[in-house]
Amino acid sequence: MIALLRNTWRGLTSMRTALVLLFLLAVAALPGALLPQRSLNSTKVDEYIAAHGWWGELLGRLEFYNVYGSVWFSAVYLLLFISLVGCLLPRTLEYAKSLRARPVLTPRNLSRLPHHHEATVAATPAQVMATARKRLKGWRIEEREEEDGARSVSAERGYLRETGNLIFHFAMLGLIVSLAVGKMFNYEGQVIVLANGSQFCNVGTLGYDSFRPGLRVDGTDLNPFCVKVDDFRPNYLPTGQADYFRADLEYQSGADLESNTWRPYQLEVNSPLRTAGDRVYLLSHGYAPTFTVTFPDGKTRTHTTQWRPVNQLTYLSEGATKFDPPGVTDPAERRKRQLAITGLFAPTAVLNGKLLDSGFPDLRDPAVAIDVMKGDLGNDSGRGQSIYEVSQEMVDNGRLKRVARENLRPGEDLTLEDGTTVRFDGVQRWVYLQVSHDPAQGWVLGFAVLVVFGLGTSLVIKRRRLWVRATPGENGTVLLLGGLARTDQAGYGEEFGRVTEDLLAELTPASERVQANKES
Amino acid sequence: MGIDQTLSSYSDWCYGIAVGAYVVAMLCYLYEQAFGYRDRTAARRELVGVGASGDTLVDEPPAEEPPSRRAGRAARLGKMAVAITTFGALLHVSSLALRALATSRAPWGNMYEFGATLCLVAVLTWLVVLRKFPVRHLGVWVLLPVIALMFLGGVVLYTTAAPVQPALQSYWLVIHVFAIALGSGMVLVPGVVSVLYLLKVRKPEWAGRLPAADMLDQVAYRTTVFAFPIYTAGVIFGAIWAEQSWGRFWGWDPKETVAFVAWVVYAAYLHSRATAGWRGGRAAAINIVGFAAMIFNLFFINLVTAGLHSYAGV
Repeated sequence: MIALLRNTWRGLTSMRTALVLLFLLAVAALPGALLPQRSLNSTKVDEYIAAHGWWGELLGRLEFYNVYGSVWFSAVYLLLFISLVGCLLPRTLEYAKSLRARPVLTPRNLSRLPHHHEATVAATPAQVMATARKRLKGWRIEEREEEDGARSVSAERGYLRETGNLIFHFAMLGLIVSLAVGKMFNYEGQVIVLANGSQFCNVGTLGYDSFRPGLRVDGTDLNPFCVKVDDFRPNYLPTGQADYFRADLEYQSGADLESNTWRPYQLEVNSPLRTAGDRVYLLSHGYAPTFTVTFPDGKTRTHTTQWRPVNQLTYLSEGATKFDPPGVTDPAERRKRQLAITGLFAPTAVLNGKLLDSGFPDLRDPAVAIDVMKGDLGNDSGRGQSIYEVSQEMVDNGRLKRVARENLRPGEDLTLEDGTTVRFDGVQRWVYLQVSHDPAQGWVLGFAVLVVFGLGTSLVIKRRRLWVRATPGENGTVLLLGGLARTDQAGYGEEFGRVTEDLLAELTPASERVQANKES
Repeated sequence: MGIDQTLSSYSDWCYGIAVGAYVVAMLCYLYEQAFGYRDRTAARRELVGVGASGDTLVDEPPAEEPPSRRAGRAARLGKMAVAITTFGALLHVSSLALRALATSRAPWGNMYEFGATLCLVAVLTWLVVLRKFPVRHLGVWVLLPVIALMFLGGVVLYTTAAPVQPALQSYWLVIHVFAIALGSGMVLVPGVVSVLYLLKVRKPEWAGRLPAADMLDQVAYRTTVFAFPIYTAGVIFGAIWAEQSWGRFWGWDPKETVAFVAWVVYAAYLHSRATAGWRGGRAAAINIVGFAAMIFNLFFINLVTAGLHSYAGV
């Protein structure tokens, strides 16, 4: 049993397993780039499943639309995590030992090493040792007496390589842990706010259009702050390309909430508002046409509802503005007389006959092309419905009928058969804001910096050893040098060559040098 | 902000002439590759220098002619090729500099420009590698993909000089995109050299004129080791920018995902070189996979899938 555990542990922590797991991780991450993902675009996932039948559904059951939360992806990175820990523990112990260890004994046969050099010099072994020690400054050195009056120096340097290596791997661990902590306590919510002085307060999930909490967030304890969107100012180049987007905000948080102090902030893409530990981003924007309906009894209702852009270049937008008849208390009666204004909005109208399109994303010549629908909107059906559309089901079963179709400019109106008038008053802008909270992201950044630092250190520095042995001989002192790079031999030859040259130049004038260059 | 059309067209000319120069240089390298007489002693010394354990020099059939006039001409052409490559690189730099001046922003704001930067980095990397290793005649294999990429960039992906959209108006465009271009441009060289390594090891009879396998391995390793931390930093810069721009530092956007995959593959490459039985051929294969992931990320992800990075000018 213990043997089994030990073997499993050894297998799991071996380099070979780590390699295989790294591969698995790469392969497992790929589908997330190729298949639509729930977390990024839920609609696309549904479309994909619809288009691929049983195959699409099978992929769904195997969690291919939620790769990074799937069992198999988690399994791979958890195994990798364990493997990493198992690899790091012994290495750290070894590293701690090596911090105090002396350089190893000089090998008996230096000429077997990948780098070696032999020469005979006039200096005595003691002089050779002194010169070698001087040249090998910065190396960890151990000088030893050997048999027959020979002496040797054993030198080693590049300990920082392992330091960098360990820093890198520990930083990876820290990074993964910080990511996990972030996933626990983060939240992210999106909300559309009209840019007419409307306010949004971060008090609960209900204020959001969509909200994604971390695993340990229930939405009751959000960081309190409020923002007020006073204006939204885009600027476009004549080509229609966006130049900048600016939203004029006011915000309050902390003590400002009590004193009701508003502070101004100019929100831009790439420049989020950071307050109360949260961040507020400007994600996108759009138009909200204002309609006033005057019912036959003279009562009026005015609604400004956001419509969504269907073309990101021209900002042609679509939507549905829905009205309940005023003063009707009987639900059955109300369901016969509900109104919806649905259709297209163009910030810069281009008409092809009666067909409305938009020629420019900014407000130059706004117009709407609308259908007025009357009947049962289906609000009471208990089914949720999009704020941008009328219920197709109600249209199909004849309970919601089109009663007018018209193109309108601001100020223009149309009159229905029953005397109700619908006026297109004008348009306002809305901004789509995102509020994000991740208490661990500073840690993630810190560990990421350590990752790069450790990586650079461990890849640039080489751990290498060098030995010098001086043996008294007949014609002088026989000098033997040997070199070995412990990790990768790349480039060590050059340094070894330099050390050799320096030593020889120091010890004997070049003319007297007797060399036995036996490089193989 | 105005666009200086004159400077922009000068930039285009420089780009075109640079590609032309690379083509000429490639032909010169090709001549040297085909007819050059390899200086055995130099190669041998270097082989020792890099600490080869077993001598993997594959014996060429003895050259029929000793260092003859033809070989001399090949060496001259090889030297000329380096000079022409340098000339091309200078024009290449000018092309990017002129674009930067014409648009008053970093010259890597769309796919065409990014491709141009990446290729420049690859060429410069190659020129540095040349100074460290006697592998000059391999220039033909390095310039081939560079020319292909630049041709593709100039013909298919070409984008007229224009300002970038608000999301890209950040100093992180300078930092992040440049670091990524550096990293991915540099790994072009090891990618190509690893292909040659595999050829040398698996089909030595086809690869008599390639340098020794250990030399190829060293070129690939040392370049990758340099590029990998830069690429890592580039990805992290991207995460910092994403936190500022998109509201989260990592969101598994397709581009991010494949960048992660490529990173993991290169991490595997480094590990494989420290694992018994994985050095050599397998490590080279992993390096090739890593480079393939980079190219896949550049083209497939930008052109086929729709993600947050898809504003890259196409």
